[in-house]
Amino acid sequence: MIVGNRKSLEEILELVKPYKKILLLGCRECITVCAAGGEREVGVLASELKIARKKDGEEIEIKEFTLERQCDVEYIEQIKPFIDEYEAVVSMACGAGINYTADCFPKNIVLPAINTTFLGVTLEQGVWSERCQGCGECILHLTGGVCPVARCAKSLFNGPCGGSAKGVCEVDKDTDCAWQLIVDRLKAQGKLENYEKIIEIKDWSTSRDGGPRRRIREDLRITS
Amino acid sequence: MKTKSNIERLLEAGNFVVTSECGPPRGSDPEVIRKKGALLKGVVDAVNVTDNQTSIVRMSSLSACVILKELGIDPIWQVVCRDRNRIAIQSDILGAAALGINNMLCLSGDHQSFGDNPKAKNVYDIDSTQLISVVKKLRDEGKFLGEKEEEVKGRPNLFIGAAENPFGDPFEIRAMRLGKKVKAGCEFIQTQGIYNVEKFAQWMKEVCDRGLDKQCAILAGVIPLKSAGMASYMKKSVPGMDVPDELIARLKGVPKEQQGEEGIKIAVETIQKVKEIPGVRGVHVMAIEWEEKVAEIVKAAGLSPRPE
Ligand code: SF4
Ligand code: SF4
Repeated sequence: MIVGNRKSLEEILELVKPYKKILLLGCRECITVCAAGGEREVGVLASELKIARKKDGEEIEIKEFTLERQCDVEYIEQIKPFIDEYEAVVSMACGAGINYTADCFPKNIVLPAINTTFLGVTLEQGVWSERCQGCGECILHLTGGVCPVARCAKSLFNGPCGGSAKGVCEVDKDTDCAWQLIVDRLKAQGKLENYEKIIEIKDWSTSRDGGPRRRIREDLRITS
Repeated sequence: MKTKSNIERLLEAGNFVVTSECGPPRGSDPEVIRKKGALLKGVVDAVNVTDNQTSIVRMSSLSACVILKELGIDPIWQVVCRDRNRIAIQSDILGAAALGINNMLCLSGDHQSFGDNPKAKNVYDIDSTQLISVVKKLRDEGKFLGEKEEEVKGRPNLFIGAAENPFGDPFEIRAMRLGKKVKAGCEFIQTQGIYNVEKFAQWMKEVCDRGLDKQCAILAGVIPLKSAGMASYMKKSVPGMDVPDELIARLKGVPKEQQGEEGIKIAVETIQKVKEIPGVRGVHVMAIEWEEKVAEIVKAAGLSPRPE
């Protein structure tokens, strides 16, 4: 899933400073699962904002609304009837959702309340961890299912670097060295000989480096 | 001989080679390099120039190499994958060769979080093993990277080196990892600083069992310790550094003002020990901001004068 963090109250207060009437827009997908921008968090942020603004003598009117998804126009359109009643939309979706809400209403102000961080997993309740960077050409079959792009601090394809020590990455003592994990995994699978193969220079054009990406499934398109 | 490298020539003639290192300054004064160079000229066979080591911005490695070259030293140009993509690196390789550089050391580089610009974006378009293959392709096949593999007009004749850490984890793949670098085209290796000679010997044995010592010259890294404090710091804070406790105790056992001398003794003994390990073809003495001691160490180790 996509994982994000809510911005601090101070930062959001600064963003909404010029406005007296805002639409606070959550999303029920990943950002709900990672407890950053779902209906519950919309409610929490709304009360925090109201309390803070009241204290400053600058009361703010907030409409709370949470969409099924902010990355699909059919859901985003639900705010069409009332969006113009508000001076700004504060989106609590992931970066994709915030972009798309802004794309769908190009004349309206759309502000981000979430810092979108990574594609990851839930390790335990309240702990999420990065697993993939969407590089567009997956090589997990070569690395025992451990992604070197996302999980090695240097995205090395023929690691580990000289800084790997006791299973820990040189960058942070709380982070596993991805290449230690890869070697352990290959060993457990009886495939350590895979390690000896040089992984060739990567084609990054399938990644962000090729520019914004699109996926088209002609068979699914409804062309009239 | 593929190149005009002094160390390639000496290695081919069967000599035990000695290299050292020179860190460029945090400024643009060429005199700093010239002073360090003067301390190393004739003392060692080639001098590495670090590339923004520990991710701290310094004078560019290539520029400092050219300054050393003007003094008659054969520099080893260090290149890290952290700051340049394949376009910049191929271009710099051609430029280095044009400026008369004969040796290149391919490194992944320390992470930027260690340096003075921890907020920088890193590149890592290619890694150090892949970088070796890039130089080799330009030099031996005369071809650029890219779909079209266009022809290089004027091939860069660089002697290709890399680093390896025999003490990094996981230990069991460290010799295998060297094997990958050799397969990619690496011709010489300078190791991480050795304090644990036994563990190094164990790694060397695996290297020799795989026949890698025949395909690639292994130069054993030695970093003289200035004090017990430096030894403890290295053990604790430099990832992948193996400093045995006995060594720290030995330094602590002498008065502070004599610890530097003791550190030099340890370095000399280490050189003498690693020299006897089968497969070791030279030493790489990294006297960090202590270049004035290199001549003394090399001499005490019985490695002076250097062959013509
Ligand atoms: S290799 Fe690419 S696609 Fe596969 S997990 Fe890593 S970043 Fe994601
Ligand atoms: S220590 Fe491991 S994870 Fe960290 S940069 Fe080096 S190889 Fe990558």
